[in-house]
Amino acid sequence: MIYAEILAGGKGTRMGNTAMPKQFLMLGGKPIFVHTVEQFLMNTRIDEIIICTPEVWIAHTRDTLKKYIKDLSRIQIVAGGATRNDTIMNGIKFIEETYGLNDDDVILTHDAVRPFLTQRIIDDNIEGAIKHGATDTVVEAFDTIVHSVDGKIITDIPVRSEMFQGQTPQSFNIKLLKEFFENLTDDEKEILTDACKALVIKGHDVHLVRGESYNMKITTQYDLKVANGLVEGQKI
Amino acid sequence: MINTVYRLIAPKSIRADFVDLKLDEERIIIRPTYLSICAADQRYYTGSRGRVVMKQKLPMALIHEAVGEVVYDPKGELPVGTHVVMIPNTPNEKDDIIKENYLRSSQFRASGFDGFMQNVVSMRRDLVIPFDYEPEVGVLLELMSVGMNAVSTFKKHAHDRKDAIGIWGNGNVGFVTALILRKEFPDAKIYVFGVEEHKNRYFSFADDTFIINDIPEDLQLDHAFECVGGRGSEAAISQIIDYIKPQGTINLMGVSENPVPINTRMVLEKGLQLLGNSRSNYDDFKKSVDMMANNKDVREYLSTIVSEMVVVNTIDDMIRAFEDDTYNDFKTVMKWEI
Repeated sequence: MIYAEILAGGKGTRMGNTAMPKQFLMLGGKPIFVHTVEQFLMNTRIDEIIICTPEVWIAHTRDTLKKYIKDLSRIQIVAGGATRNDTIMNGIKFIEETYGLNDDDVILTHDAVRPFLTQRIIDDNIEGAIKHGATDTVVEAFDTIVHSVDGKIITDIPVRSEMFQGQTPQSFNIKLLKEFFENLTDDEKEILTDACKALVIKGHDVHLVRGESYNMKITTQYDLKVANGLVEGQKI
Repeated sequence: MINTVYRLIAPKSIRADFVDLKLDEERIIIRPTYLSICAADQRYYTGSRGRVVMKQKLPMALIHEAVGEVVYDPKGELPVGTHVVMIPNTPNEKDDIIKENYLRSSQFRASGFDGFMQNVVSMRRDLVIPFDYEPEVGVLLELMSVGMNAVSTFKKHAHDRKDAIGIWGNGNVGFVTALILRKEFPDAKIYVFGVEEHKNRYFSFADDTFIINDIPEDLQLDHAFECVGGRGSEAAISQIIDYIKPQGTINLMGVSENPVPINTRMVLEKGLQLLGNSRSNYDDFKKSVDMMANNKDVREYLSTIVSEMVVVNTIDDMIRAFEDDTYNDFKTVMKWEI
């Protein structure tokens, strides 16, 4: 089976004074996360879509989906966790309990607040996860990356041509990801906030999928304004 | 959902734009799989439509020849994964006499509004037809439907003697029209007239092919199709008038940016009918879908005019497809993987 896990666990603290988590804010005529879910719904290879959202927002998430999407049979809503990795693992736990785990099961984990992804990015993630076991979606770094340990002086300036910016989806063979997570120590779990990093540190290759510069994460009010400026209504 | 639409914003310049797509009950969402480039797209791409038209139409997604896969049908009438051809002509009214493709109220993809260069396309339910053969050939259904439209008009208006039919132009339109005529009139002599000998050789199903400056003087035709267009239209129509018998039909299919002088004296003397043809409607598509389904050889012949298949992952790939197309003898098809 091929699963998409939409990570809507964030509470939107970087968004300022908004009353709701950022994934529920409007982009064009729909909440941001609905656009994201619909993009996965349009991919014929995705069997199930698992939305992980803060527990208190589960009912709201369900109500909102019902307003915009007629057929919810491929969509499940699960409570997120305290950290990003906990949220991912909650989704996997749900999959294991509901459908069981098979050796070739694949999961695409994607930020709910990246609604601009394309079918090509989804297809490439599916292919990559099946072939290599783990993929990360990236774009080449346009800006020079400056490394500073103390935030005051430059420690290092890495070679830009070797730098990429991480996006999502990050996609995995589910059994492989589960095995790596289960073998992490508590200290490692504390610092490994990124699922791909956990695999890399433990020596497993994670292959790159080309993202798009516009596959942006809507994190701040500025991002939301830019995103709304990009989107236009359907004319015909 | 946010749909990415790849629009031409200026000659040779394509940009990703984003449209908030509604998932309407009456619409089906299609993921394009193969798109083919038409001369009309190329005229926009290179900017040869002129500044006024370009300013009026752009930004606009190009391509009106495309097939795709159903990814979402809220009514569940077409199963997910079904191959469909998308009809670019979009009628806005019903008329019992005039065909949809000639109604002034109809809109056309990649002419009046966005064409098929999109991540997914939201299509009206009545403008989608399923088929179950290779989509690599199915992508030529729109081209075929244009030939079908002309042949239908020809059948309706031409007199019954159809022993010899001439097709001027050995490009895509000429090829598909000649092929349809071959199937519709198996006993007729089908003659093709072109400039390039190597392109004439593709017309193996025709009874004979000729280079336009080497046509036997005693050759006579009951009817003719002009599939040349552009600056060659005048010479082609003039030659047709010379070789056609009285009361024949001249079926015009070639688009020209400029007015074309015609020897009306001889049109009058011979009592000729000039029939204009443009685009196609649902019935033409349906007949084309069926003709391809029922004739494996038609699919084989059509496969031979796909000059190049470009896999499209990026906007740069789209640019490459359009650039290559200017050198290709026949069709350039984009395998849509973006």
